[in-house]
Amino acid sequence: MTEVIARAESTGTPAVITERGERAVFCGLTSIIWLHRRIQDAFFLVVGSRTCAHLLQSAAGVMIFAEPRFATAILGERDLAGMADCNEELDRVVSELLARRPDVRRLFLVGSCPSEVIKLDLANAAARLQRVHDNRLRISAFSGSGIETTFTQGEDQCLASMVPDLPTAQDSSLRLMVVGTLADIVEEQFRRHFAQLGITEVDFFPAARADDLPAVGPGTRILLAQPYLSDTVAALRKRGGKLISALYPLGIQGTLAWFQAAAAEWGCSAETVQEALAIPIARAQKALSRVRSSLEGKTLQFLPDSQLEIPLARFLSEECGMSLVEVATPFIDQSLMAEELARLAEDVRLVEGADLDSALARVRANRPDLTVCGMGIANPLEAEGLRTKWSIELVFTPIQGFDQVADLAGLFSRPLVRERQLEVGSWS
Amino acid sequence: MELALWTYEGPPHVGAIRIAASMRDVHLVLHAPQGDTYADLLFTMIERENRRPPVTWTTFQARDLGSSTAEMVINTLEGVCERYSPQVLLVAESCTGELLQDQPGALAKGANLSAPVIPIEMAAYTHKENWGASETFYQLVRGLLAARALKPGETKAPRAADQPPSVNLIGPTKLGFRCRDDVVEVQKLLEQMGVRVNVVAPLDATPRDLLRIPDADANVNLAPEVGDLTCDWLKRQFQQPIISTVPMGWGATRDFIAEVSETLGLDIDVESVGDSRLPWYSRSVDSTYLTNKRVFIFADGTHAIAAARIARDEMGFEVVGLGTYSRERARDVRALAKEYGLEALITDDYLAVERAVEALQPELVLGTQMERHIAKRLGLPCAVISTPAHVQDYPARYSPQMGFEGCNVLFDTWVHPLIMGLEEHLLTMFRDDFEFNDTAAPSHLGGEGGGAHQPDTVASIEEAAETDEPGAIAWAVSAEKELRKIPFFVRGKARRNTEHFAIENGLSLIDVETLYEAKAHYSR
Repeated sequence: MTEVIARAESTGTPAVITERGERAVFCGLTSIIWLHRRIQDAFFLVVGSRTCAHLLQSAAGVMIFAEPRFATAILGERDLAGMADCNEELDRVVSELLARRPDVRRLFLVGSCPSEVIKLDLANAAARLQRVHDNRLRISAFSGSGIETTFTQGEDQCLASMVPDLPTAQDSSLRLMVVGTLADIVEEQFRRHFAQLGITEVDFFPAARADDLPAVGPGTRILLAQPYLSDTVAALRKRGGKLISALYPLGIQGTLAWFQAAAAEWGCSAETVQEALAIPIARAQKALSRVRSSLEGKTLQFLPDSQLEIPLARFLSEECGMSLVEVATPFIDQSLMAEELARLAEDVRLVEGADLDSALARVRANRPDLTVCGMGIANPLEAEGLRTKWSIELVFTPIQGFDQVADLAGLFSRPLVRERQLEVGSWS
Repeated sequence: MELALWTYEGPPHVGAIRIAASMRDVHLVLHAPQGDTYADLLFTMIERENRRPPVTWTTFQARDLGSSTAEMVINTLEGVCERYSPQVLLVAESCTGELLQDQPGALAKGANLSAPVIPIEMAAYTHKENWGASETFYQLVRGLLAARALKPGETKAPRAADQPPSVNLIGPTKLGFRCRDDVVEVQKLLEQMGVRVNVVAPLDATPRDLLRIPDADANVNLAPEVGDLTCDWLKRQFQQPIISTVPMGWGATRDFIAEVSETLGLDIDVESVGDSRLPWYSRSVDSTYLTNKRVFIFADGTHAIAAARIARDEMGFEVVGLGTYSRERARDVRALAKEYGLEALITDDYLAVERAVEALQPELVLGTQMERHIAKRLGLPCAVISTPAHVQDYPARYSPQMGFEGCNVLFDTWVHPLIMGLEEHLLTMFRDDFEFNDTAAPSHLGGEGGGAHQPDTVASIEEAAETDEPGAIAWAVSAEKELRKIPFFVRGKARRNTEHFAIENGLSLIDVETLYEAKAHYSR
């Protein structure tokens, strides 16, 4: 069940090994868990099955005590047998929902595996519902289905679905659009850094309010805060935006390069940026040096999960001195990853796609000091005496920017510190 | 189409996974897309399992649709047989797999695999998790034992004289509520009675163990949500009587002992089997304050039914609400609720349960993880007594719900979230102590669980006073102030009673006198 295709790449970057087989990853619906916290007046209505509802509450750990701003319209036998008109049913459910939540300013209809397979046209449904509720809120649709999206790609689909609603910029003056969900605290730090660099024309997309839609046009410079946003970038480019190619703001080097790439558009030299940000950089170096010792020289293997693997591998090898046994990621967008790939050593084993059993067999053979993997796999590997870091924490934690560098490294060092610290039982 | 925020049960294929994960040497192949693999974490994170559930997923993607999904099923099945050599291969589909109509069960049957295949039809758009678990276990047992069933006219061979009486424990699974410890406790109980446990299934059983099920004299239906169907079939095919009392609570444990004795023809004095501290703890003076505390119960059928009896007869509470999300058990729960003078709440809508709790203002909520949410929002004490449960309800310590030790555990678990008798009095007497008031959590809870302050009702009372709706009841400002002097943990009840009293007496304004009239009216 494994198909391995070694592709020859242009020199300088590692060859990509493609694997096909059993996958153990979340679907794109999982993105709703952080998106609904980020966009505080949006509601996500998944049109799917009981499985979708169960996934959301299981992945969210049933820990969100406020009433969640997401729900599932569960398809039943009557809907599938054509005894009930799905569109009429959807209209009824949406009305019910909007009556309960008058505060909602944007509704996303989210497609799922079953809704895609029965070809329920949610874009059409969104347009129809928009006409009904036109003066109340915006309604759009995107797919979070597991047959089309993997984990973080749900965010990509969500943001791409909002791009047509962005207003057109009045003129072509330069304006920066930081794209991808960031924690509030990181957004505030980044705004301060941009101000220090004299860049004040900055928008963050998505914003905390659904109605805060940044304008887009030929003056728009797109700077990605997250690496998994291929379709959003394509949609923004169609609206005239230009992508700034950069490392991702993970680690000191990544964050510095990210600001330097953006500032270059404003005519600011790399040296100027480094000087302007000298204080947070020094602070980050000091904080990181304390964590680094636990990671230095340790071996690391990534199982494919969040699409953050490549930038994280770059940070952990370059700045923390870890040694990369294997970096696997569900999907590689060569253009969005170009800068990152150039920083990986040519001999790193780089895998795109997945075949769970063979990946686990390699983990068992390599016995890396740390394996980064999905939540379902972590405890079984721990029970085999292997330290793990479950990757969903990486999308639920503020990890970008200088002041989070030590926190990010800490996520990886903690399992190793714990191993040294515990005087009870044995992992192996 | 049904709008769901949270669900009490997962889809039926999660029930199938529970059976596979509970057993040894069984493997389940699920025709399902990649996102469905989240189910692993239910076992490895919530229950801290140290192995992945024995499930392999075809994880088809959009690009596979219409061409190669059936081929993926075959490849997956062959790969699984080669890698795991299971004694039995279960084959099923998740909700999306079902829509493809690849019929993986039929494909597996025709694929000449090295392992025997048992296909399970899930009907994912009609059924739910417990049904899926029940159906999977039934198909597995039937698939293995049908050929050995008694022929018409044949009778079960009597137990050999030198053999001790024996039973099977049917129904406990992974992700069930405290099944791990309940099995140990019930085994101890049976051992005390000189009864041998022949097979426990599905928990920790292999398919070979299931083949030995007919050797026992009777089946204990320990988790009816999972075991009902199988126990009925075994009764018909192998003439094995069913012991259907679930030994949860002091009375039920004694009833269980009596039913086992009667079914197996034993002469056993219930008193000699064991005892619990619950009766004395309940009778000791410290527990007086528990008298008629108003309790709301919502759980799976088995735990709801057991909890109602324990609450009323063994703890001295008043059951003010009783319900279940298990539609299969609706009839039983309805009948019991009627006996308690209540109308059962049969729903899987979390919001309907929340409305019921809000309206009843109980002093203790016994429920699932969902009711824990509800109680936390409403500032009510709560204990979790049933699945769905979260990681903290799979404790490290031995913590059964069944048998005599189970009674001890239940007593502690239910009393712990409450404010203790003397603390309750002090709160009532000295209301304005800055450290000991509505917003300060009870000292023994450290801010967790019950005792969080109720939402301040004054604003809504003032709003109500302003409405001129006919039939609306207004609170005079003085009565409002008096109401706030009532401790928060009974204030909701006082408010509700007073309003009821006002309505019944045709009053439109509630003053201080009305408040005390109502108190006198409802005093007990």
